[in-house]
Amino acid sequence: MSDTIQQAPGATVDFVDVIKDFAGQRALSGVNLSVAPGEFVALLGPSGCGKTTALRALSGLELVDGGSILIDGVDVVNVPVNKRDMGMVFQSYSLFPHLTTIENVEFGLRMRKVAASERRRRASETLELVGLSHLEGRYAHQLSGGQQQRVALARALVTRPRVLLLDEPLSALDAKVRVQLRDEIRRIQTDLGITTLFVTHDQEEALAVADRVAVMRDGNIEQIGTPEELYMSPANPFVADFVGLSNHVNAEHVGGTVTVLGTRLPLLGERQPDGPVTALIRPEDVEFAVEGIPATVVASSFLGSLRRTQVRVADGLILSIQHEVGEHPAPGDPVHIMLRGRPVSASPRV
Amino acid sequence: MTVANAPELLSGDAEASGPRRRLSGARRRRGVTKYLGLVPFALYVLLFLAVPTLIALGTGFFDGDGALTLDNVSALADPVILATFASSFWVSALTAVVGSVLGALVCYAMLGTKPDGPLRSFVSSASSVLAQFGGVMLAFAFIATIGIQGLVTILLKDTLGFDIFANGVWLYQVPGLLLPYIYFQVPLMVITFMPALEGLKPQWAEAAATLGGTRWTYWTRIAGPVLAPSFLGSLLLLFANAFSSYATAAALISQGAQIVPLQIRAALISETVLGRSNLAGALALGMIIVMVVVMTAYSFLQARTERWQQ
Amino acid sequence: MTSNAVRIGAEPGKLARRTILTVVGVVFAIPIISMMEFTFRDGLGGGYTLEHWVALFDPEQNSKYRQLFQAVQNSFVLAVVTVTIILFVLLPTMILVQLQFPKLRRVLEFICIIPITVPAIVLVVGLAPVYGIVVRVFGGSVWTLAFAYGITVLPYAYRAIQASITSVDMTTLSEAARSLGAGWLNVLWRVLLPNLRRGILAASLISVAVVLGEYTIASLLNRQNLQTALVQVSKSDPYAAVIFALLALAFVFLLLLLIGRVGSTRPGRKTT
Repeated sequence: MSDTIQQAPGATVDFVDVIKDFAGQRALSGVNLSVAPGEFVALLGPSGCGKTTALRALSGLELVDGGSILIDGVDVVNVPVNKRDMGMVFQSYSLFPHLTTIENVEFGLRMRKVAASERRRRASETLELVGLSHLEGRYAHQLSGGQQQRVALARALVTRPRVLLLDEPLSALDAKVRVQLRDEIRRIQTDLGITTLFVTHDQEEALAVADRVAVMRDGNIEQIGTPEELYMSPANPFVADFVGLSNHVNAEHVGGTVTVLGTRLPLLGERQPDGPVTALIRPEDVEFAVEGIPATVVASSFLGSLRRTQVRVADGLILSIQHEVGEHPAPGDPVHIMLRGRPVSASPRV
Repeated sequence: MTVANAPELLSGDAEASGPRRRLSGARRRRGVTKYLGLVPFALYVLLFLAVPTLIALGTGFFDGDGALTLDNVSALADPVILATFASSFWVSALTAVVGSVLGALVCYAMLGTKPDGPLRSFVSSASSVLAQFGGVMLAFAFIATIGIQGLVTILLKDTLGFDIFANGVWLYQVPGLLLPYIYFQVPLMVITFMPALEGLKPQWAEAAATLGGTRWTYWTRIAGPVLAPSFLGSLLLLFANAFSSYATAAALISQGAQIVPLQIRAALISETVLGRSNLAGALALGMIIVMVVVMTAYSFLQARTERWQQ
Repeated sequence: MTSNAVRIGAEPGKLARRTILTVVGVVFAIPIISMMEFTFRDGLGGGYTLEHWVALFDPEQNSKYRQLFQAVQNSFVLAVVTVTIILFVLLPTMILVQLQFPKLRRVLEFICIIPITVPAIVLVVGLAPVYGIVVRVFGGSVWTLAFAYGITVLPYAYRAIQASITSVDMTTLSEAARSLGAGWLNVLWRVLLPNLRRGILAASLISVAVVLGEYTIASLLNRQNLQTALVQVSKSDPYAAVIFALLALAFVFLLLLLIGRVGSTRPGRKTT
């Protein structure tokens, strides 16, 4: 199937010192990002961090106030939207309501003046790629949310664009559909080898699908790396806190060593002045032990493949522990916990 | 308040599961009591809407002595009456078309302005006033503007030497209705069509642009087709509005019955018209038929619009 | 800097917007200006005077205006009674239907749209006999016209109130209030009505506007309201008629501007 829809190798994308202001607010403060051909990069961050602005600047829907955006080495900041040859999938409502599914998918080809029969053939192929050939004649309001987004994806891909842009395409969907669809998007993307940028605020989603993730805050990229790098070696406490779950524990930092709950752990990340800090400890880095820090079980949740248990330690602090389902602590049980000896992220405590 | 003492009625089915029991006497009474709340409105609508409408529809079938007759209804085929309907039709159609095109243009011009901003508020209020409040005062306005001593009439005569009434004073005849009608059709279009334009999702324009479309292709292939049902619906509404309008015509044309509403006036004021005594009823029947056809088409188009703009 | 929507063609550019609105604005202002110019005219001889406006306040000239002032009074009484009908007959019914008879909502909506299909000129044909009875029960004064006006106003009032109703989940609110121990009267007065304030106000204001502008039924049922008085007076004193017409237009414009402001002040739903 994929040999008939052979993609030209994906383009390189470069953001060079991109600046964007909105009525006095700086939305992008000199963003630098390089995306390799065929790479899947996720832009991750809280609302207002600039991730959607960056994506829209790349698509041409927003103009930039400084810097350049290069596609295969060519600066496109002055190229209008409809000439940039990118595919874009929006969060919702983007299907044209008066056209059938196949007509929606054909639209980009129609704009490029492709002949009718050729248009139909290619649109059908692309619809088959997303598994919706049987819904060719339906209208948007007759499709479920997941189906609509698949059609939107097909519509974006049919013209074989150099870059694929996805603006929180799964945010409006049900949880189960979200997981299914994100895997499919990833699979199709890999098959086609198209360079892809994916914006999301859901860190689990970003980590699951992307080759690299760029964590953004206030118009800057805080860190960019593989999901593992971000999770294991967060560059700063913001990234550490945003990616994955963390327990916040009061601790002391002296010369590269953090003393938390009586345990001495190496500091992760750049040098900091000595003093009181808040240490970020992952739930899976806390474990039950035969002897160690005494605690009482508060509550336990069964999450299918693992368990998360809340325990209360001496000074009233509640810690979240992630563990195998085999252990089944009940509320009120006295237990002992210990911290695994991994480097820990810490930020100064005011 | 009758409902105050029956809290279980709020949840609807008082008898949820279990074998169906015959309602006891008390329960049955309360079931009926529930409907008492609707009686005032039902009675009111019956007395002042249903009954008058039925009378209006029905009197056409009775003659002056109360006997059943088709005389009045057949009068509708009289050339004079037909000419009246024709006049009503072309005035309504023309003003509807002109009104809808101009109104759509104004709506387009307001696209992108702040919904709560001063411009929109002003245009919206001004449109409401002119569309729903016109009638007599519009007649005055136009007499003051293009009447024999009207401001514009005089200006044109003095500055351009152009006498608009050189071929007769048309303001007080059917053609004189055109400008005043357009004056309230355009605002009505603005009120009814603006929501449709606002219902255009920005994602459609953005998606069209990313797919290589231009401004032209957006409007001809996407916005145009999506707005078409709503535009047509509004046009129909404008037609219905002009067709049923009475006040402006009555104020401008004090004597005469060139359009259907004026014909009804003539039939109501004089005992017999064309030798028939209940012609008003027949005319009313004719009008209602036209209105029902137009409004049915309108609601069909509305449903279409709503479906696309969930 | 042009906005994004203008760049991709979804919205008109500044020039297009300004041109269209200015041209249309000027054209539509002309009749109003003509009316104003007329009120300052000093007879057919040319020249201008403030006489006609001054006469409004001059007690001696008042006899000329008495008919109009009486008519204004009539129209206001009609407006008040019509609003009363809307608030005490339509509103409770709409609330009742929303809470207890959801299936009847379509029916109610249909009923309230009928007056558009059955215009005043048709309705009045059937109203004459009905009003024969009304006069026997209530007497022949003007205020009884309000019964017919309540019907004329139905589509507008219904739409205004329904917009408020759909924006508030009345069923959930009343269930919550009931579960906290409120009786129906309290639910209505403390919970439902305060949340429907906007729609109620809009419905009332638009009803006033429509009543003030109604001519057809009043004229053909031979009663004197503002509009019929205007027509009558215009034959003998056109200046007085036009002045009152202008004042009425200005008044209704302000009323409707008020509705617009009332509708726009929405409580706290700001998106970041």
